[in-house]
Amino acid sequence: MSGELAKLLSDLKEPEALAFVEKALGDGVDPMDLLGEAKEGMNIVGQRFASQDYFIPDLVFSGEILKGVVKRLEPHLKKGAEPERIGKVIIGTVAGDIHDIGKDLVVFMLDVNGFEALDLGIDVPVEKFVDAIKASGSTVVGLSGFLTLAFDSMKDTIDAIKDAGLRDQVKIMIGGGQINDEVKSYVGADAYGRDAVEAVKLAQGWIGG
Amino acid sequence: MEKKWEEMSSDEKQEAQFQKLLTPKDPEGNDLQFQSPEAEATYKASINRIKDAVQLKKPDRVPVCIFPGMFPWVYSGMTIEEAMYDYDKCIAAFKKFILDFKPDIHFGAAAPGPGKFYEILDYKLYAWPGHGVKPEHSYQCNEGEYMTADEYDLLITDPSFYFRNFYLPRVFGALDGFTMLPPLTGILEMYGVAFNFIPFALPPVQNTFKALFEAGAEALKWAMAVGGTDGELATLGFPNILGGFTKAPFDTIGDTLRGTKGIMLDMYRQPDKLLQALEAITPIMIGMGLGAAQQTGNPVIFMPLHKGADGFMSDEQFKTFYWPTLRAVILGLIEGGCIPFIAAEGGYNSRLEVIRDIPKAKTIWMFDQTDMVKAKEIVGDTLCLWGNMPSTMLKIGSPEEVKDYAKKLIDTAGKGGGFIMANGAFFDHAKPENVKAMVDFTKEYGGYE
Repeated sequence: MSGELAKLLSDLKEPEALAFVEKALGDGVDPMDLLGEAKEGMNIVGQRFASQDYFIPDLVFSGEILKGVVKRLEPHLKKGAEPERIGKVIIGTVAGDIHDIGKDLVVFMLDVNGFEALDLGIDVPVEKFVDAIKASGSTVVGLSGFLTLAFDSMKDTIDAIKDAGLRDQVKIMIGGGQINDEVKSYVGADAYGRDAVEAVKLAQGWIGG
Repeated sequence: MEKKWEEMSSDEKQEAQFQKLLTPKDPEGNDLQFQSPEAEATYKASINRIKDAVQLKKPDRVPVCIFPGMFPWVYSGMTIEEAMYDYDKCIAAFKKFILDFKPDIHFGAAAPGPGKFYEILDYKLYAWPGHGVKPEHSYQCNEGEYMTADEYDLLITDPSFYFRNFYLPRVFGALDGFTMLPPLTGILEMYGVAFNFIPFALPPVQNTFKALFEAGAEALKWAMAVGGTDGELATLGFPNILGGFTKAPFDTIGDTLRGTKGIMLDMYRQPDKLLQALEAITPIMIGMGLGAAQQTGNPVIFMPLHKGADGFMSDEQFKTFYWPTLRAVILGLIEGGCIPFIAAEGGYNSRLEVIRDIPKAKTIWMFDQTDMVKAKEIVGDTLCLWGNMPSTMLKIGSPEEVKDYAKKLIDTAGKGGGFIMANGAFFDHAKPENVKAMVDFTKEYGGYE
């Protein structure tokens, strides 16, 4: 059975993947092994997204299949069996902007790649980012924004992080529909990522994993 | 004898539409009185320039337009809230924007919309100043599943009934009474006809209608203000050629009904239902554009594309779910004498070969992050290119950078005609000197011959 669930999940076979989990659990397969396989499947999905074999609908759907798998596994998993996370990444859509699709994809991809994504949500006030850095000790911050107003909100957020004396402790990445390298320079971020895969690569480069 | 509209070919219809634009009327139906002979000449030169560009011919020079989001109001130093609630301020700012920047054509001052109208109907689909975002921020969609995954059959069977009884009450709090109304198609004959009208006696329905009367009056007040500015700007030489808007069926369902996530899951879990629903609303999307064009007398029908961009789906998914019904809407609009003006938000680099499959010289495509050199090469003989001055450059670049970019666009995308200079994506914030540089440089450098 090795690899079967990873294959079903990465091939986006939802009913088959869920039926496989039900059957495996009935057969007494260790739920931790199944969870590991599901993660392996998600890694394959991430690779296919990076190589442009998969696109956003496929990513979104794989996330839903994973949710279904985890829901079936959860009652069988020992409490506290949560695996060690590579590191924490703070993510949020900046003040004034309520777009969440891109941000949610980044949160999702960070999560399946072993990071703890601290999602501050949308329209996040600058102080909230500062407070989150202080409280979590996270060394990577991701700022998302779709509208032109987000450029200035990103700049304000990064300025506030500077003013709080935290700029040297964190790497800051930005992303969103109109974001490019010019915006990166304008707002004073460390990097710009075109999509969720690039966000993961940036986090890996800074934190490891 | 003149041919009847129905007997005309789509070429003849397009020609007739442009002739109508070249002989503008005032609201009473008389010939529009321009404020000066120069204004009249400017007006007509602009229409002819756009006409040549659409028809892939060489105009006298590259036409230049600005199609902003909230920039005209931000530029005037007012908040978005003021622009939405004070119609006089809204139109004064728009007029100033046009007179200061002098683009060839414009699309009117309707972008902020009537704030009070949204309040009366308790619009939940968007956050707007005072209702979820700050006074200085533009309105933004509250994404959600306003149509649930199991409602496709309802939508497919009778889209209007579904909209009225299910969708509209979910997005407008004040339209709750609509849930109690029977289908109109049950009103057939003497026996039993009266039963259909009983809901109108019920207080929730009556409250909904009261809100509608009030909302209608507010919408009219706003439209008169906005329309008046169009008329005034026309007499000054600045035509608004926007006739209305419609959408790609996939976006209609994906943007505000099922939501981005919802429709993406439907592509896997119930693809047949999704395809059926897309088919069902296609003629409605065509009718929406044609009806608006008839009402406004303007042929250009705006279609913002959202979920078909590069990366948003695979080419295979694009060809299966997005393109067939979008293409049908485009063809339907062309057949009806309209000029679809399609804003391909994001990148369309991987879609160029596919979108080529439409009648030549009948559409305008606004490109955002599409490679314009590649676009010129692949679709330049099919459609009029519009764009793609980056909004990031307008906001954080310098006038020199804008001019350099504009020069490249004119030299490549503009070669031989079929190109309109403009921003590629909607923007609220920009350096005025950059916007000015785009317009002035195009007028100065963009001449043909």
